[in-house]
Amino acid sequence: MQTGQSIAEGPTSSGVSHYTTAVGEPDRATLVDIFTRATLIRLCGNRFASVIRSGRIAAPYYSPRGQEIVSAAMGVALNSDDYMITIYRGLHDHLAKGVPLRELWAEYAGRATGSCKGKGGPMHITHPASGVVVTTGIVGSGIPIANGLGWASLVREDGKVTVTSFGDGASNIGAFHEGLNLASLWKLPVIFLCQNNRYAEHTSYELGTASPTIAGRSTSYSMPGVRVNGNDPVEMWKACRVAIDRARAGEGPTLIEAMTFRFDGHVFGDSGDYIPKEEYAEALANDPVPAFRKSLLEGGLAAEEELAAIEADIEARITDAVEFALASPYPEDSELRLDVLLEEVEP
Amino acid sequence: MNAATDTNVRMITGPEATNMALDEALAADPHVLVFGEDVADGQGGGIVHGTKGLSAKYGDLRVRSTPISEQAILGAAVGAAVAGMRPVAEIMLMNFLTVGMDQLVNHAAKIRFMSGGQTGVPLTIRTMSGAGGGFGGQHSDMLEAWLAHVPGLKVVVPSDPTEWKGLLTACIFDDNPCVFIESTMMVMSGMKTPAPEPGYSIPLGKANVARVGTDVSVIGYGRPIADVHSLAERLGREGISVEVIDLRTIAPLDMKTVLASVAKTKRAVIVHEAVRSFGVGAEIAAHINEDLFGQLAAPVRRVASKNTPVPYSSTLEKAFMWSEANLESAVRSTLTGK
Repeated sequence: MQTGQSIAEGPTSSGVSHYTTAVGEPDRATLVDIFTRATLIRLCGNRFASVIRSGRIAAPYYSPRGQEIVSAAMGVALNSDDYMITIYRGLHDHLAKGVPLRELWAEYAGRATGSCKGKGGPMHITHPASGVVVTTGIVGSGIPIANGLGWASLVREDGKVTVTSFGDGASNIGAFHEGLNLASLWKLPVIFLCQNNRYAEHTSYELGTASPTIAGRSTSYSMPGVRVNGNDPVEMWKACRVAIDRARAGEGPTLIEAMTFRFDGHVFGDSGDYIPKEEYAEALANDPVPAFRKSLLEGGLAAEEELAAIEADIEARITDAVEFALASPYPEDSELRLDVLLEEVEP
Repeated sequence: MNAATDTNVRMITGPEATNMALDEALAADPHVLVFGEDVADGQGGGIVHGTKGLSAKYGDLRVRSTPISEQAILGAAVGAAVAGMRPVAEIMLMNFLTVGMDQLVNHAAKIRFMSGGQTGVPLTIRTMSGAGGGFGGQHSDMLEAWLAHVPGLKVVVPSDPTEWKGLLTACIFDDNPCVFIESTMMVMSGMKTPAPEPGYSIPLGKANVARVGTDVSVIGYGRPIADVHSLAERLGREGISVEVIDLRTIAPLDMKTVLASVAKTKRAVIVHEAVRSFGVGAEIAAHINEDLFGQLAAPVRRVASKNTPVPYSSTLEKAFMWSEANLESAVRSTLTGK
């Protein structure tokens, strides 16, 4: 496992600013927590794929397989009442932030017991109790929304941090630039978490993004920007902690570019033919969840029995959630009258 | 309005109505936030001074100028509203709303529904538009039909400064996303009507029977209402009794009031500043057809601006715009069948 040295020294790419704040090393409990959340994401994703394949749930599924560590580390570093805004590829962020499995699965299945009563679906999972306040299906749109939550926190002095999660493709949308500019001007307690998985739909980073790094774009907005190995739990957790501490201290926003990879293409069923075979093979050889598991064992931080018990518990909870979701009723048609406005409407 | 002739009554302009409504709301509720391009006192308190004095009174944290950045403004309004605040954002002119339409259409309008009612978006967007001032194609469009076509938004258009104050107050304290469309020409002409009492609020979603009549219903909203009143006054002297319906709120549309009026008069003319095609007039005419077919004494008429971009040249702009003369001939034709 990397020690996170690159964080302390700052990335080497030109134009990327360096951290000035230091954080300590994550303790054992923190690492096990990151592993547990990452495993939950991995196993839940695997189950979605098998349930969708079986035809029991028909849902558009944007798999985060390969990006688990990024969200798990952020989820551990945040408080449960901090805000998270994520995107259609958001399962990892939802689970890492604490959205309950039953409500999540029931929402994927379009049932009345889902977190959004079946009215939002996978692309719009919302669970304010976990801090997941917005999930958007529009690339880049969560970025300016995060500023409003951050502004509200400044007005209320509630000490909350808002994280807005997005992909590398979103950094080419105007909303990214407008959002970072305003956040920096207003010194908002917002963290812009770019999960650079190398592909925007089917277009590679190099074909779609003129800048050598996304982190480097932060310099245009006088904001710290760091590029980290998002698949390294220690490096990722430290980057999150530094940014969170800055935000809570009133020092303003940070852009984190977490380098990662997306194993299951853009949407479930995507063959991924546009990804060079060598690139895919190399990423798979460094599959972050098994690699983290191995490092915990080899570092003597966890025993095989402990990790196996965590995995077995998660599998059981997922099975319970699947059964709950599939046994739940669909929403009544009368739901169309509700939630269009606060007051009931005649649709 | 009789009060207008009483010299003791304070008269207000549209921007003064804005100021009254915002001042009251900021004082009454710490969740109210006001922001937009140039709204703080350091930047003049708004291009037409509607927000003058508010940042001095309530501080720069609650009343903030923004960069020219409509996606950032509208996105921040959505986020602040989701966090439980009552943001009032200014988008200087309605055409600039198009730059940030994603936030309004995909987020403000849908977040309550998509979250199953867990989160709401109690924001207000103030914006200004309308042709007649020589501002050409990109500073004059009335786009209320676009917005009204999106379920989840409330769309409000005041017909004079008194109404402006009451409807803006209602928008700010409504728990749904509201777009409040102010009239550039109402501001430029310096139109004044009596200042209402503090706290004055007009319920949203309810049309106003602004003048009772029996021969024909004229249904409109916003700036044309003043001209509809003067036409009704003139026709009244000929013995033609015009009922004037001021919609106040375009969405939700109060068809109940409109249908009750048309059921009585059997004749309807709809007037709006926006271009005719696919407009609010078409929607109202369709409703009247569905509910009152067979009871009408004449076809429903629409008076609207022509279906072109807003032209610059004053002669062309005049030819483009709806006019009181068009309205008069439409009203007369519903009465005579010619």
